[in-house]
Amino acid sequence: MIITIASGKGGTGKTTIATSLALSLAAESPLFLDCDVEEPNVALFLKPTIEERREVGQMIPEVNLDKCTYCGRCAEVCQYNAIAVVGDKVLVFPELCHGCGSCSLNCPTEAIHEVLNVTGTMERGSNGSVEFGQGTLNVGEPMAVPIIRQLKQWVIPPDHGNRAIILDASPGTACPVVESMSGADFVLMVTEPTPFGLHDLRLAVQVARDELGLPVGVVVNRDGVGDRGVDDYCAAKDIPILLRIPLDRRIAEAYSEGTPLVEVLPEYRERFQALYADIEKLVRDTKGATQ
Amino acid sequence: MKQLVILSGKGGTGKTTVAAALAHLASQELPIVLADADVDAANLELVLDPVKREEHDFMSGQVAVIDAERCIACGICAEVCRFDAVTSLPHPRAQGGGGEVYQVDALACEGCASCFYQCPEEAIGMQEQHAGRWFRSDSRFGPLFHAHLFAGQENSGKLVTLVKQQGRLLASDTGAELLLVDGPPGIGCPVISASAGADMALHVVEPTVSGVHDLERIMGTTDHFGVPSLVVINKADLNMARSKEIVAFCAGRRVEVVGRIPYDTVVTEAMVQGQPVTAYTDGRVTEASREIWSRIKGRLLAEQAAKKGRQR
Repeated sequence: MIITIASGKGGTGKTTIATSLALSLAAESPLFLDCDVEEPNVALFLKPTIEERREVGQMIPEVNLDKCTYCGRCAEVCQYNAIAVVGDKVLVFPELCHGCGSCSLNCPTEAIHEVLNVTGTMERGSNGSVEFGQGTLNVGEPMAVPIIRQLKQWVIPPDHGNRAIILDASPGTACPVVESMSGADFVLMVTEPTPFGLHDLRLAVQVARDELGLPVGVVVNRDGVGDRGVDDYCAAKDIPILLRIPLDRRIAEAYSEGTPLVEVLPEYRERFQALYADIEKLVRDTKGATQ
Repeated sequence: MKQLVILSGKGGTGKTTVAAALAHLASQELPIVLADADVDAANLELVLDPVKREEHDFMSGQVAVIDAERCIACGICAEVCRFDAVTSLPHPRAQGGGGEVYQVDALACEGCASCFYQCPEEAIGMQEQHAGRWFRSDSRFGPLFHAHLFAGQENSGKLVTLVKQQGRLLASDTGAELLLVDGPPGIGCPVISASAGADMALHVVEPTVSGVHDLERIMGTTDHFGVPSLVVINKADLNMARSKEIVAFCAGRRVEVVGRIPYDTVVTEAMVQGQPVTAYTDGRVTEASREIWSRIKGRLLAEQAAKKGRQR
């Protein structure tokens, strides 16, 4: 089962919840993917030993000027202005290229082949109880999505059966978050009961439930601060609140040192196991309903 | 006119809280224009009480659409698509094997038009996307430009650029002295767009292992694009050792730490009331914010004076 942890708003506790969930599920041979490739932080908490590392990026065109007739067809078909023909020069702008391959398919003289433009790295390993993978976008590079996409392909086995696979998404609701949610069985939203939390939760629910058609549930973190807005919204939208974690300075201080919640408050393990069982049930119910 | 962008790398460290406080304090001294560059989760409007004056559609990007009448189900589109956006389903009226219907998943489609060019039957069209909306509003502290990118859309960087451009234009038309930009989290495309052309970046960091880690990456990003940095430590007393680590890191980079905001529940209380914290209370958070604004102002004006000096 693939669970993506998202939130809309940043800093609501995605990583706190995701790492503690994984650490509580040793029986399910958990696999964890840090999909926040712009700011990957999970390794600071799970402290895995990295066993394998790969450069990653996307394919960009390289032009063989001996074959090129400067006809300009590549620039014409490129939707991103990533290739331009200027006199007897062909300019490629890697940071604009989406790696779609259309320029090389359309080149009438087959003058274009594709080469890997490295924009980040992927790593995988384990901390003994949790298998782990993460992607890291190189500083100065704009595009997170290709790294997330390839990380998923690299780390998630095609036949993952009953394993618990947890993906930690980045904040926001744009394309990197969609990529982190797509293919998931369930999206767990971590929010805080404040106007900012609620505002962004609504947007994240729109993406997961309305656009991608995935079942969603909510964890209310720092319960007790703020107002009742999140509770009222979830009730009105029929979104289950699966776990509440009160505002507790011990959790915040442990977080600040990279200590997972369930290590400082082990009594939470059972609650995370129950959370997982609830999610399993919701996923089964959804699948039953659509069949 | 000076452009200050507020960033953090890690989400939820208090960018918008700081932006709202600075907007409040700065607007008491100078004419300012505000831009919310977090277009997928715009929150500045929640504490600035804006009245919308203009609303515009943001058209951007495109998706492929397959004309089922013309499609001969050859499957070339699915073959050339690198984004797994073309899917095929058995034809509902197919009689025993054979016959498929090809469809484009609009969320997965990146609008590259590769399928459009390869389709032998010209059965594919490219449709421009209504990707979001942007607004010019009047807020209590000055004009505010903000936007909503629709759920799951691409091109947030383009929308960020548009919102900022509009802010700049109005600021230079009206003689405003500061364009204050509330940035998005992360270090990728919307962040790069939010930082472009800024005179200074203010990084809001919290004293946690994640905060420290992310500060290095966001500062690397602004350095890469030649934007000088300032740092604010939010919730500074949550972990004094990590706060010191941040101060040392900044000293090593010759980056000024312009202030430390204490951990205080008034910040959340103010947010619930829809108020910048500085307008809500006169406590220690407000005091720290005043100090921060005065240091930023000093730095921005010093840069301006230095620039003028060089020009002479």
